[in-house]
Amino acid sequence: MSTFLDISNIDMDFPTPKGPFKALKEVNLKINKGEFVSLIGHSGCGKSTVLNIVAGLYQATKGGVILNSTEVAEPGPERAVVFQNHSLLPWLTSYQNVELAVKQVFKNKKSKAEMKDWIEYNLKLVHMDHAMHKLPSEISGGMKQRVGIARALAMEPEVLLMDEPFGALDALTRAHMQDSLMEIQNELNNTVIMITHDVDEAVLLSDKIVMMTNGPAATVGEILDVNLPRPRERLALAEDKDYNHLRAEVLKFLYEKQRKVENINISNSSISNDETANVG
Amino acid sequence: MTTITRLTDRLMLDKSKLTSLVSWMAQASKALLLPVIGITVFLVIWSIAANSINTSLGKFPGPVAVAEQFGALYQEHNAERVKAEAFYERQDKRNAARLEVDPSYVVKVRAYTGKETFVDQIFTSLVTVMSGFILAAAIAIPMGIWMGLSPTLNAALNPIVQIFKPVSPLAWLPLVTMVVSALYVSPDPMVSKSFINSLLTVTLCSLWPMMINTSLGVANIDSDLVNVSRVLRLSPLTHIQKIVLPASIPLIFTGMRLSLGVAWMVLIAAEMLAQNPGLGKFVWDEFQNGSSESLARIMAAVVVIGLIGFLLDRGVLALQRWFSWDKSKS
Repeated sequence: MSTFLDISNIDMDFPTPKGPFKALKEVNLKINKGEFVSLIGHSGCGKSTVLNIVAGLYQATKGGVILNSTEVAEPGPERAVVFQNHSLLPWLTSYQNVELAVKQVFKNKKSKAEMKDWIEYNLKLVHMDHAMHKLPSEISGGMKQRVGIARALAMEPEVLLMDEPFGALDALTRAHMQDSLMEIQNELNNTVIMITHDVDEAVLLSDKIVMMTNGPAATVGEILDVNLPRPRERLALAEDKDYNHLRAEVLKFLYEKQRKVENINISNSSISNDETANVG
Repeated sequence: MTTITRLTDRLMLDKSKLTSLVSWMAQASKALLLPVIGITVFLVIWSIAANSINTSLGKFPGPVAVAEQFGALYQEHNAERVKAEAFYERQDKRNAARLEVDPSYVVKVRAYTGKETFVDQIFTSLVTVMSGFILAAAIAIPMGIWMGLSPTLNAALNPIVQIFKPVSPLAWLPLVTMVVSALYVSPDPMVSKSFINSLLTVTLCSLWPMMINTSLGVANIDSDLVNVSRVLRLSPLTHIQKIVLPASIPLIFTGMRLSLGVAWMVLIAAEMLAQNPGLGKFVWDEFQNGSSESLARIMAAVVVIGLIGFLLDRGVLALQRWFSWDKSKS
């Protein structure tokens, strides 16, 4: 299979009053069509920066991203983003939020009735058809994230970018959402890049886990192929030898090879403390 | 046994009804009783204070004198209306008579030019303030949106806004008057110059709070929502319509309420100083008149000015409730 998404030699400098801060250095990543890739690493390692560059929301200082033999220059619906905090427009209902995306992407391509069917199909896919006409303030956090995913899926993206999509949810809801995402992935077989700092989530969902080194000048440390057969069952895997081995590999990378040195950056230490608690 | 339980059930029911009634009464008294007490105390202090202040126009008017003047002002208004009707009736008769004698006569209808009554002045003031305010909103809200969207424009215009914001209407008025009389020259003007003067003064003073608040609201939209718009590649117009406007509506309305408050205060001052018709002119005329009732009539105007200012604010608030998607916030 040829490379579908090529992240090639990316450097990212952020300007600061003390001169440029090098967040990323020579990040290289090739992703095939239909692959589910997780980006994992300690907080502040630039995972989100990579995702934002692929989305086109940031411009890399050096290097570039090629999707389907076209260079990424600006944001666009073919690289739909699921944001960490759902980012639904609070004044629109679930249906209207998805509708905004569908109307924009399928302008002149779908008839009114086709659009309506497509919006309802996507909401059904994330099991939100029962609360289609509710405002975001009237539904729970997990439900909002489902609608956010439906909105991204409805754009029929070439690659789906997810920035810690379940990071703000409680553990039970998160597990439920992961199962839903696997179910959707079975059906649609999208190309996905997902940022996470949950080791179980990464192993359970991914075909490939990309582990990033600590910043500044973070880059891809190791890539782990996850060859567990699909469909995957959370409970069955809990006892599975391969699963636990993969899990241990990721933990080793995070806590032995890339142990976060706390006293480098005092202002960041309080954040990274509770983030690392989350990783375990 | 069953009768007893039934009885206790009923008692319980009554008890809960009673407690809900008591809490309702407590709430009602808080919402109604306390303001009534406040107003009563104020009226008592006012009448005591008024009694001990002697001016060259007699005693300072107490609440009773002011209430009497409300009645008098309303009667004057009615009397003036009767006069106006009589005038038009006479005019019609005269015209009809002349037509009978000479069928080729072109009928001239002249408007009644009697004194403007208190009610007329209120009406004039309301029309002026609304026109000035709407003109200000039509300029300030689009400008504010543009400034909020473009940090460059905001940086360029911010000093100008900050400097003009605290300028008193009294400083603008002479300039406005001169400019209007230089530029607004027409043999048959649609509206009077004095109306344009007050309107422009109101506009100049009420632009700024709306402009500042709108740009603040637009500049502080959640960056994730802006990113959603970028990913969807919404056109600038759709972006403003679907994301910017709904997100900044609360602050736009805050600006509108501040501006309308300013507009109303400015208008009274402008009318007083420039002899533009309206409540301000009424106050000034009564002051110049200097009769024994003048102060009571001015005080009546003060009450009306305050009441209208309050109602205008409530009106914008109601409008915000109707417009805003977030019913809990407004």
